[in-house]
Amino acid sequence: MDAHAHDQESHGHPTPAVYVKIAVVLFILTALEVLAFEAAGGGLGPSLKPIIEPIVVLLLIVLSAAKFALVAMFYMHLKQDPRLLANIFVFPILIAAVVIGSLIVLFQYWRVQGAR
Amino acid sequence: MSHAMPAPHVLAHPEGSQHESHPTTTGIPSRKLALWTLIGSECLFFASLISTYLVYKGRSLVGPLPHTESQCMLEGQMQACEPIIEIPLVTFGTAVLLFSSFFIVLALYGAQKGKRGMLVGWLAATVISGLFFVGMQVYEFQHFFHKGMGYSTNLFSSSFFTLTGFHGSHVTVGVIWLATLLVLAIRGKLGPGKALNLEIAALYWHFVDVVWIVIFPVVYLMR
Repeated sequence: MDAHAHDQESHGHPTPAVYVKIAVVLFILTALEVLAFEAAGGGLGPSLKPIIEPIVVLLLIVLSAAKFALVAMFYMHLKQDPRLLANIFVFPILIAAVVIGSLIVLFQYWRVQGAR
Repeated sequence: MSHAMPAPHVLAHPEGSQHESHPTTTGIPSRKLALWTLIGSECLFFASLISTYLVYKGRSLVGPLPHTESQCMLEGQMQACEPIIEIPLVTFGTAVLLFSSFFIVLALYGAQKGKRGMLVGWLAATVISGLFFVGMQVYEFQHFFHKGMGYSTNLFSSSFFTLTGFHGSHVTVGVIWLATLLVLAIRGKLGPGKALNLEIAALYWHFVDVVWIVIFPVVYLMR
């Protein structure tokens, strides 16, 4: 039996050992988010601030996206459950991302126009 | 009369779960499909609140502001006020909410395997974690109010209270839902045959968690 088979129960859901590993990774990612925030604000020393500050938003988006994906795939079982359920979840998320992005661009455009 | 063979993923679920579920033509239990559809619509609901928060970010004319010092109207006159957000408390609350997602998958595992002690213990831990998070949020709101930030103080406060308040109300609903299941579990009425009830509640709980995974960096960490 390979390692993957060990990690999966007969009904397809992960074992508690996998859940523990995911929990540890989620905790580390949250700690990294807070460290990035502190570094961008100069809380971890002045030398890190100029490096982290320009990329902190991107860093936070990547870290939270990773956490989001881990919970959805393993805790919500989308990795094992029928693909239809993943589609029902992912399609609204894509629409949501477009809505958020569009509104930010639109309001930024009118802000610039208003300033002229 | 012939009986159609269930789809492979139906067979992949614990036997007990199928007794109380009504598979759709997709082979997925109808209640589970309905909950996922609700989650899909909730994504758009929270997207509208998050986009409103982001659009109004940095446009408040008076304080308090989340990360910077500002001028606030306190006791009828403008005064200097400090950044209002407290990262350590919310980080701890975030960690507790993340761990509650871990607790509930273990409770579900216990329900599916008929391990009552595991089910009751981890489900109780989930409910306590949820209560802690709600308590943290109530404390935070009260703290902000005492620092002079009401619902209509500025654009930040209105969008902040609306976004985090709606999330908090979802957490509260989840806590009540899980508490009722905990009572059933203690009374021995949430065995493997009823595990789908917990699986559906767990999906809702995980969704509340992933929404906070987005809200936490957007509201608290992005300056």
